[in-house]
Amino acid sequence: MRKVTFPHMGYSHIAFKQLIEDMGFEAITPCHPNRYTLDLGVRYSPEHACIPFKILMGNYIEALERGAEIIITSGGVGPCRAGLYGMTHEKILKSLGYDFRIVVFDPPLVNLWDFYWKLRFMVREARLSWRAFIDVIKRAWDKLKLLDEMEIKAINLRPYEVEKGSTTRAFHQCLQIIDRARTRKEMEEARRECHRILEKVPKDRSRRPLKVGLVGEIYCLLEPFINLEVERTLGELGALACRGVFLTGYTQTDVLGKGNHNVRLLAAPYLNQFVGGHGQNSVGETIFYAKKGFDGVIHVAPFGCLPEIVAKGVLPKISRDLDIPILTLTLDEQTGRAGVQTRLEAFVDLLYQKRRAKEVKGFGTLLPGYRCGLCQH
Amino acid sequence: MEPCYLGIDVGSVSTNLVIIDQKGEVLRSLYLRTRGQPIEAVKEGLKKLEEDWPAGFSIQGVGTTGSGRYLAGAIVGADVVKNEITAHAVAARLEVPEVQTILEIGGQDSKIIILRQGVVVDFAMNTVCAAGTGSFLDQQAARLGIPIENFGSLALKSQQPVRIAGRCTVFAESDMIHKQQMGHKIEDIIAGLCEALVRNYLNNVAKGKEILPPIVFQGGVAANAGMKAAFEKALNQEIIVPRHFPVMGALGAAWLAREYMQQNGNSTKFKGFRVAAEHFETYSFVCEGCSNLCEIVNIKGGDGKLVARWGGRCGKWEIL
Repeated sequence: MRKVTFPHMGYSHIAFKQLIEDMGFEAITPCHPNRYTLDLGVRYSPEHACIPFKILMGNYIEALERGAEIIITSGGVGPCRAGLYGMTHEKILKSLGYDFRIVVFDPPLVNLWDFYWKLRFMVREARLSWRAFIDVIKRAWDKLKLLDEMEIKAINLRPYEVEKGSTTRAFHQCLQIIDRARTRKEMEEARRECHRILEKVPKDRSRRPLKVGLVGEIYCLLEPFINLEVERTLGELGALACRGVFLTGYTQTDVLGKGNHNVRLLAAPYLNQFVGGHGQNSVGETIFYAKKGFDGVIHVAPFGCLPEIVAKGVLPKISRDLDIPILTLTLDEQTGRAGVQTRLEAFVDLLYQKRRAKEVKGFGTLLPGYRCGLCQH
Repeated sequence: MEPCYLGIDVGSVSTNLVIIDQKGEVLRSLYLRTRGQPIEAVKEGLKKLEEDWPAGFSIQGVGTTGSGRYLAGAIVGADVVKNEITAHAVAARLEVPEVQTILEIGGQDSKIIILRQGVVVDFAMNTVCAAGTGSFLDQQAARLGIPIENFGSLALKSQQPVRIAGRCTVFAESDMIHKQQMGHKIEDIIAGLCEALVRNYLNNVAKGKEILPPIVFQGGVAANAGMKAAFEKALNQEIIVPRHFPVMGALGAAWLAREYMQQNGNSTKFKGFRVAAEHFETYSFVCEGCSNLCEIVNIKGGDGKLVARWGGRCGKWEIL
């Protein structure tokens, strides 16, 4: 059985593991990125590569050490360097003496033939019929959607939890349940079970959490190890952290399509061109949240990320024009948890003060607070 | 017994304790060196406070702040644990109610806080670069053999400050040595350093912020008259250094404790001065439950009971 590995990104590894295994390969599931992954990645990466590159490097080396023969990864287009990462990883890893094959899937619209040949290679390796393969893909997609659904639910419930950390515990329990469910029927059961577990967490519904939009680069947004668990931290401080970027949604709009049209239209007055990565999205989503009456926006960016630097340059003007506080967190291997924690706490305090001042001006009318609901747009 | 409130600010370089009365008047304030041992510093501070206790007062609430706020909070039993930005803003507002800009430079970080109508509307914090913080000034004073207390007054004597590269401590130091070997006067070099650090602060930490008066300058570095003068020169505005500038964080924490206790009306969680004599043990281990490999830190009290534990990501270690 060929051994296949893939990048770690948020909680998606649970779905990708199933995909690889259902195709008949042995999945070398990448480790949760940790200090050792990062140390390993930093050692063999160019110093100025961004943190997602370094984390992937560390994860690949760990997986290759465990015997992985094929690496499946995604590519990218445009000014963002991620488009070159597949080849750069390959070059560096080959020079370290590893023997493997890397299959980089670029968005199909960029080069349909290339996409087809790579897919054909994988399907042939797996000795699957196209029909069986489509079924496998569909189930993995369902799982991915289930994971996103639960993550959104946990984010929405966390600000109401009575005991700090209880939602996070319940969510990790859900992840294990989802991991075990394989057939459609099992997944449907898992879905109900997870909803029940999360709903069982004791909550205080009288709270009126702040609503904060999270924008920025996708890997930093999705990988809690890199963003130092910004969503959990915010949730436990009593703020609902909404983000528009989830893997399933992003795949539909940006990988398979031409990008989220509405977000780009919103961004246009401030940034009217695609600057690569999520730069334009960060701008458009910030405006979206401001117009929806969010209390604030947090912008996460890997250190040295060009698209996000462009976005960061535009954000102060949006903050002034639309009267919405924005906090940018620049993340890399040097980022300390304490600094991020302090900034987030201070930011949440600032937002509470702002809301209170508004309520005073409104003759004591309480602003709505936010009911939980899906915050995807 | 009159009620009073204790504020503790555990910073990287200094640990400060403040006691205020009901009206926010400072009854006692202490400025101690942390010396890398925050628990010992807090215990020492408590001991000193107990020895010199203002008669007729009893502690009704405790607030902690600073980078060691969770640790200090767990040890003494804090009612409020607040980040240093909020604490500093609260304290500045107590001293100068109309304040619109706060410049704060501490031992290891520097921050700017913008307030409008008494509400924090923006802030920035620099924790990566040490240029312009107290530690660097300390180090340069030691290198030049000048007691840090005289650093500022010496800078004020300068007629012709030299231009020093202040972008980074390493460059600043080599540039200072270069200027000294060229034969510039020591006070000119020191005044130049102050100006460079102010320039660095305004270009990095305060970049793009609207600095409106009244401007309050606080934190340990505010003791340095040279820095204050350099800020006044660069901003062309009056700079106010509040009375309790080195302990503003602790003052803010005490005030927040007071507000919290008045709103919630519970009895304080303060464990009392016995904490000063108690022995705390900290130890950490790596949880191998999954490949996250979280580093879990435990703090044990004198009776062997766990006081606090943190560091896990999945939440399973948070149940004591």
